[in-house]
Amino acid sequence: MKTSLAIRLAPWIATVALFVFWEAVCRIFKIPPFFLPPPSLVAKSFVEFWPAIYRNSLFTLSTTLIGFGMAVGFGLALGLAVGWSRAIYAGIYPLMIGFNAIPKVAVVPILVLWFGIGFIPAVLTAFLISFFPIVVNVATGLATIEPELEDVLKALGASKLDIMRKVGIPRALPYFFGSLKIAITLAFVGSVISESVASNTGIGNLMLQAQAQFQVPLIFAGLIALAVEGIAMYALMAMLEARMTGWAQRSGFAQT
Amino acid sequence: MTAFVALDDVSHVYGGAGGTLAVDGLSIHVNRGEFAAVVGPSGCGKSTLMKLATGLQFPFKGTVQVAGSVVRQPVKIAGMAFQAPTLLPWRTTLENLLLPLEIVEPHRGRIRRHRAEYVARAEALLASVGLAGQGGKFPWQLSGGMQQRTSLCRALIHEPDLLMLDEPFGALDAFTREELWCVIRDLHAARNITIVLVTHDLREAVFLADRIFVMSARPGRIVAEREVDIPRPRDLEVTFTPQFSAIVHELRAHIVKARP
Ligand SMILES: Nc1ncnc2c1ncn2[C@@H]1O[C@H](COP(=O)(O)OP(=O)(O)OP(=O)(O)O)[C@@H](O)[C@H]1O
Ligand SMILES: [Mg+2]
Repeated sequence: MKTSLAIRLAPWIATVALFVFWEAVCRIFKIPPFFLPPPSLVAKSFVEFWPAIYRNSLFTLSTTLIGFGMAVGFGLALGLAVGWSRAIYAGIYPLMIGFNAIPKVAVVPILVLWFGIGFIPAVLTAFLISFFPIVVNVATGLATIEPELEDVLKALGASKLDIMRKVGIPRALPYFFGSLKIAITLAFVGSVISESVASNTGIGNLMLQAQAQFQVPLIFAGLIALAVEGIAMYALMAMLEARMTGWAQRSGFAQT
Repeated sequence: MTAFVALDDVSHVYGGAGGTLAVDGLSIHVNRGEFAAVVGPSGCGKSTLMKLATGLQFPFKGTVQVAGSVVRQPVKIAGMAFQAPTLLPWRTTLENLLLPLEIVEPHRGRIRRHRAEYVARAEALLASVGLAGQGGKFPWQLSGGMQQRTSLCRALIHEPDLLMLDEPFGALDAFTREELWCVIRDLHAARNITIVLVTHDLREAVFLADRIFVMSARPGRIVAEREVDIPRPRDLEVTFTPQFSAIVHELRAHIVKARP
């Protein structure tokens, strides 16, 4: 399919425009750099502190990805179980809703109590915050099998496992891959929260220290690093989704 | 010897005691190899009848027998097609056809090793409904009529003894519908298959069926039974004969009376 040049260039133009606007506002209104540093200053600080930013980014990235990986495994298994049996669904769902309602920042102190500060609480926070959408999506995919199709298969003597394998799971895949985009973003949030509260490493911690030392451009450099990482991971998941479930993306709705 | 599909004095309620009484005192007998049609007002329990006859639902009263034995679980020998084609969008048309073979024995155990043989069978079936060479397309790349043909093929691929069609042509335009009438007519003629067709279209029922059952409004039961004595093979031309119109009119009168 041919995407027009305008659509391909649009995100870059918008991004550049945002930074130009930001720079211009800072200069025109003479905003003090310790209040809102202009992008040029942020870039300078980015270069200056690159080794620290790089090291801490890798840390945040790894806690996010490990927590996310755990969430995928656990979320998939739980989603299949919930979609498989109404009894499991009835039993677990209220618990899950309740658990999901707890802001995960509130859980970090407990994790620190159990595991100390640093790597493990960050991974676990990422995991805890991100498995829920995966469970819900997988279960939804399974629950929305057309009853008529189920009838067709049952009249052929298909077992529940057959129906799950031939229809349920392939059907749930687009929901699953769709949920990964949300889950990875949430996992990232979880990691950064935990690092800000209870860690000596990670971008969250770097920003906290920069704030304590009043290095405002470095705080913003940390933000930019987070944004870039977040976008990269999201894009990766979106690509994975498009590759794995091409059949589900046949609508031309958003393509014009 | 009892009928191939026999429902005797069957009553069915949805949603437990105090729920909707869908059919009540329903009896219907369809012989082996017969083409039966069921007509009746909307919501009278026609789809329920299909589900009872295939063991997808169980009556709280009365007996359901298929091929001489009481139905206690899904029958395993029936092919079904509905108004919606319900094809799997992630499988090509050909792969959709192979789906029943991945479930029904003995094909289930053989399909991996003898795939080429089954693919050839599926392609031949597609060709017989005018879809030669379309097997590689995905269902959503087919027109509604083509999808419905595929759905019919899926119901037939494992050569079932019993074919249950629940308004399979309801969503199609008049021309495509008549084309598919002929497809079904020829399939019935070519194989010794028992067909139960639910339809709203009286002309369709008269053109295709050997016997037509008229159901009352809910709770449904049979209020009239009509043999169609038009000789086979029938051509679409018969739909313009006075004999054909007479039967359609007669059925119409029954339906009008049956309506609540
Ligand atoms: N799964 C269900 N749960 C509860 N009630 C149902 C269910 N399926 C059908 N019914 C009810 O049973 C009655 C008969 O339904 P059925 O689907 O058999 O009618 P029908 O004759 O096929 O109608 P139509 O011609 O509109 O397809 C209706 O009143 C309907 O509301
Ligand atoms: Mg119906």
